[in-house]
Amino acid sequence: MTADPLLSVRDLRTYLATRHGVVRAVDGVSFTVGEAEVVGVVGESGCGKTVTCRTIMGLMPSRGTYSSGEVVYHPRGSGNLLTLPQNQMQQLRGAHLAMIFQDPMTALNPVRTIGDQLVEAVTAHTAMRREQARERAIGLLVRVGIPAPEQRMRDYPFQFSGGMLQRALIAIALASEPRLLLADEPTTSLDVIIQDQILSLLLELQRDTGMSMILVSHDLAVITEVCDRIIVMYGGQVVEEGETETIIARPSHPYTRALLDALPAGAGAPSQGGERGQLRSIPGSPPSLIDAPPGCRFAPRCPLVTDDCRAWATELLDAGQAGHRVRCLRQDEARGLGAWQASDSA
Amino acid sequence: MNQTWTLHPSEALLKVAERTAKRSSSTGRRRLVLIAGLAMLGVAIIAFVGAPLLVGVSPIKLDVLHPLAPPLTGGHLLGTDQFGRDILSRILYGGRIDLAIAFGATSVTLVFGTIVGLVAGYFGGWVDNLLMRIVDLFFAFPFLVLIIAIIAMLGPSIFNMFVAIWITSWVSYARIMRAQTVVAKKQQYVLAARALGYSRLRVMFRHILPNTASAVIIFSMVDAIGNIILAASLGFLGLGAQPPSPEWGTMISDGQNYILSSWWIATLPGLAIVFVGVAFSLIGDGLADILRPGDR
Repeated sequence: MTADPLLSVRDLRTYLATRHGVVRAVDGVSFTVGEAEVVGVVGESGCGKTVTCRTIMGLMPSRGTYSSGEVVYHPRGSGNLLTLPQNQMQQLRGAHLAMIFQDPMTALNPVRTIGDQLVEAVTAHTAMRREQARERAIGLLVRVGIPAPEQRMRDYPFQFSGGMLQRALIAIALASEPRLLLADEPTTSLDVIIQDQILSLLLELQRDTGMSMILVSHDLAVITEVCDRIIVMYGGQVVEEGETETIIARPSHPYTRALLDALPAGAGAPSQGGERGQLRSIPGSPPSLIDAPPGCRFAPRCPLVTDDCRAWATELLDAGQAGHRVRCLRQDEARGLGAWQASDSA
Repeated sequence: MNQTWTLHPSEALLKVAERTAKRSSSTGRRRLVLIAGLAMLGVAIIAFVGAPLLVGVSPIKLDVLHPLAPPLTGGHLLGTDQFGRDILSRILYGGRIDLAIAFGATSVTLVFGTIVGLVAGYFGGWVDNLLMRIVDLFFAFPFLVLIIAIIAMLGPSIFNMFVAIWITSWVSYARIMRAQTVVAKKQQYVLAARALGYSRLRVMFRHILPNTASAVIIFSMVDAIGNIILAASLGFLGLGAQPPSPEWGTMISDGQNYILSSWWIATLPGLAIVFVGVAFSLIGDGLADILRPGDR
């Protein structure tokens, strides 16, 4: 973390009031994203990754959502984005902070042409003549690798394949040259080959423009491939964060360890437990965020759990190396943990 | 040479597919419906506007020598009514009034109701509650009774009939639009549009409206027919166009006394209503196809 911070999130909490009770979707998340840094956020479904992104963007529904904490976008001074009036937040969105979504099939307006939507994105934050905007839109399509862009401008989203749509969405998101791109599972709904292309494209664009990126995924293989730094989330909290190399070499939280072990052999992760061909899963499922267990939230699934863990008011602890922090009392044991023993706690 | 001609399977498949492609091409059949509807409406509009050129007789001129003349007699192509007024002339001039009602009354209620529904559905909360309770208020009364009450207050005239329709008819559009908007605003593309920093107005009118407008536009075609019939009903009741000005409903009302002896007086304006009604409903069907590009 040598770069200047671009975005800092401090003690972010987002609680959702539902019929079944209060969901503590994000519960005390803090992290920073440096200039031109790619940060990966990883965790199982339902651990607060998407809600974190949407809260940062101010896109959570106003009714039934309660947020506290601080989101600071440094180029704009020290103001808290969470308390920013809607109209100011609106100017920030798109122009400074952009977001791309999990399912490109539904993220574009089905009754308007790609070109129309792209031109709209280009002109939304900068005054431009129509001709100019159109040229820039075509340039963006070329940039994201869509062949025959002039013709494709006239196409409707249903005429695009999933990978092409994600490319078009990336073009739209980058239309106003944002400083920070939040990519919420951008490759999840695509097949593996297209996934790789989209990731390379995102990385290439990130390097060219010098923007920062938060890449959210439940796929650790994707994250390790692309990111400078990794944040592991579990149950609405950050359980481990550090440089990618550090996390892979010295996973210090049993959950991180389990995620690494869950990768299929040969999936690009250097750490491989178990013989070839055997897939490892983590027994149990993530806690309900309505009445999360007191103490460590991973305790019910943890092979190293002690009574202390269940009583512990959790906090992120230093894990030895610079910027490497972990929310685990028994991090030393966790580091020594061998391949995941499914039978131990199943 | 005794050769049997059989197509290679791939060629046969190609042929079938090509035939289907030709049949379902977007420029073909589906647009035909819209074109037919527009053509019928176009013919009607030309005939109504060009009425003075097509028939030399004024719609209120009395031909006292030929009252109740059947079609093709007494120099009247479609006959005359009980006062000897030319039916063709009355239908064409009356069409002006009825089409004006179809367009004038419907367009205002379409636009107003759509905006109300869009605002209610998009903002939700108390805005939605307030607007929809007002809509409920209108639905609580029988439609025709409400219109008659308003006309009774303002006095019977064509303009007051417009006013009565404007006041009461927007509520259907508001309800349809609200329902569509509530569904549409949960779609990912709306979230994506907001993530790009688009203003509420832009999201509502440029992103939600294009996806939901087809429902109200198609309904407006049905409503236009409804308004013609409403105008005819009010004319029939003596609350719309006042005699001697020609209007289809009034003509049918006049003709009912002679329906057994002189069928043409009531039937021909009725057929005119049917003609215009079919035109509008064909346009509605055609638009329904074209406004949903994903179905093609």
